[in-house]
Amino acid sequence: MDIHEYQAKEILSNFGVDVPPGALAYSPEQAAYRARELGGDKWIVKAQVHAGGRGKAGGVKLCRTENEIHEACEDMFGRKLVTHQTGPEGKGIYRVYVEAAVPIDREIYLGFVLDRSSQRVMIVASSEGGMEIEDISAQKPESIVRSTVEPAVGLQEFQAREIAFKLGLDPALTQHMVRTLKACYRAFREYDATMVEINPLVVTGDNRILALDAKMSFDDNALFRHPQIAELRDKSQEDPRESRAADRGLSYVGLEGNIGCIVNGAGLAMATMDTIKLAGGEPANFLDIGGGASPERVAKAFRLVLSDSNVQAVLVNIFAGINRCDWVAEGVVQALRELQVDVPVVVRLAGTNVEEGQKILAKSGLPIIRATTLMEAAERAVGAWRHDLTQGTKVRAVK
Amino acid sequence: MSILLDRETRVIVQGITGRMARFHTREMLNYGTNVVGGVVPGKGGEIVEGVPVFDTVKQAVEATGADASLVFVPPPFAADSIMEAADGGIRYCVCITDGIPAQDMILVKRYMYRYPKDKRMVLTGPNCAGTISPGKAILGIMPGHIYLPGNVGIVGRSGTLGYEAAAQLKERGIGVSTSVGIGGDPINGSSFRDILERFENDDETHVICMIGEIGGPQEAEAAEYIRDHVTKPVIAYVAGMTAPKGRTMGHAGAIISAFGESASEKVEILSAAGVTVAENPTVIGETIANVMRRAA
Repeated sequence: MDIHEYQAKEILSNFGVDVPPGALAYSPEQAAYRARELGGDKWIVKAQVHAGGRGKAGGVKLCRTENEIHEACEDMFGRKLVTHQTGPEGKGIYRVYVEAAVPIDREIYLGFVLDRSSQRVMIVASSEGGMEIEDISAQKPESIVRSTVEPAVGLQEFQAREIAFKLGLDPALTQHMVRTLKACYRAFREYDATMVEINPLVVTGDNRILALDAKMSFDDNALFRHPQIAELRDKSQEDPRESRAADRGLSYVGLEGNIGCIVNGAGLAMATMDTIKLAGGEPANFLDIGGGASPERVAKAFRLVLSDSNVQAVLVNIFAGINRCDWVAEGVVQALRELQVDVPVVVRLAGTNVEEGQKILAKSGLPIIRATTLMEAAERAVGAWRHDLTQGTKVRAVK
Repeated sequence: MSILLDRETRVIVQGITGRMARFHTREMLNYGTNVVGGVVPGKGGEIVEGVPVFDTVKQAVEATGADASLVFVPPPFAADSIMEAADGGIRYCVCITDGIPAQDMILVKRYMYRYPKDKRMVLTGPNCAGTISPGKAILGIMPGHIYLPGNVGIVGRSGTLGYEAAAQLKERGIGVSTSVGIGGDPINGSSFRDILERFENDDETHVICMIGEIGGPQEAEAAEYIRDHVTKPVIAYVAGMTAPKGRTMGHAGAIISAFGESASEKVEILSAAGVTVAENPTVIGETIANVMRRAA
């Protein structure tokens, strides 16, 4: 789960990371008022969206007067911000963060990630802050400093000092840097983060270390023990299809294509998407309904997949291991009878009791297109969708 | 003898009183697995599916001589159960549980290093379907009837995609020595490389099938190991060609977040290491059959 910059800054500052004074606003008027409260004569107005690359996309503006703040906000609120991380649909701006501008001497990159190779938390730092880490590793790989944390004892001071020295910080700032690094690590551990990124971490003209930006992501599997983090979820930043799926306990990722997929198991779901592409179509979604595939879950899955208006055919691919194809087939039949499904439906069943399952589908009287192999299923789904497009005739699953 | 598990392996089930655990204990017993007990704190003395339940792993090991464990414990408590197994003298542990916090798994891995390598428990999973040595025993939740006994070693992240491969092999009359699920989580007990090493040293395994997916470095690490150390033919499939970058695809670990983690990059890395890559999931069985014919 991702959170906003202002929320990450609040968490990190509670652990001892210094941040510039700032305040949140939900309207242009409120933003101007916040700036007055903060004082000073230069402010940064920052769109709060769950994506990086805001600066280049016009989501971060330097303002010198209340009027400029007003204008910047008028331009942001209600707009979709499209950055290289959001996809073409963008993310809605409903909150802005107003921050006092600070004089910057140098910019540092600082990230904490779960490193899957060492299976530990890794600190990644670079003297080339302000650039994205992908660009730093491509253009200035020699500037990157890495250090992994021994999980039993946590981040040690010597490790933090080493990072400070390798970054070439003024020795007078070493202690401040050590405090910043330890604070980030404690926040990471305490709240089961999967990523903490401060880019840039800046050294100011008056020799302080401040987090100018901050990003945090959290382990969904650990939210059960951090209700205060779970509360920070902002549905306005999610794909509405995915929000609905998450609320129903289904694992769903919306894509751009028009063949909806209902599959049990994450690996098989990805393999099904790949096969659709191979057969000349484009998958509309990733959806793993889990091992069980009960009638209720199948019905839920149909509702979810069909709520995407781009979907012009549905492929159901279930490998019944522990459950049985006849139960799954009954679930499919029941779901199709209950729902008004007006797109072609291809069902491929495999595994336990597959013959009984096929019989149930055949006897239902519903125009279900059956397939035995995954390739055949994908070809038939793509074929049915093409047929729909060219002939204008719907193969209806419900009469 | 097959890797990790055979007919003699003495199995306990941690969390045996749960509905799913009970069901799978019955399935494992029906398959011929030597399930000798279960562990549920506070339920010691009960009998479930004909086997005795103990309060602690140590008690269970002492009373039954168990050397393998299947963890069916809910996510908040699963890491603790794995560590209890490691401390209780279990040699091989499979954790089925999906949804264990990544930092809990980091601690589990660190904890296991307390033990010298020859005494350290082997862990596969979490978030996997388990391990089967067809015709011998199941330590997991897979349907036994889709596997024929034979000489193909399967290692994969995904449960149902592994079933798909096994079923395609069965259709062609090809059997499996052992199939191991390493699970879909970012921090896991054993990597592809760990299991490949076991298959390379296993007389019953003649051909290895590796089923990977997007995310993480373990397929690339495996490729390096195959290039330098594996003499047996390896066939691989990598799922997620159509998966977008930066999105979690069901499995907590299935996310492309760094260079080399996409399906096409993994395919390239594996091919360069001499692995025969199945182009799509429907030809996994066929590809293995072709490689076996050529090797014969």
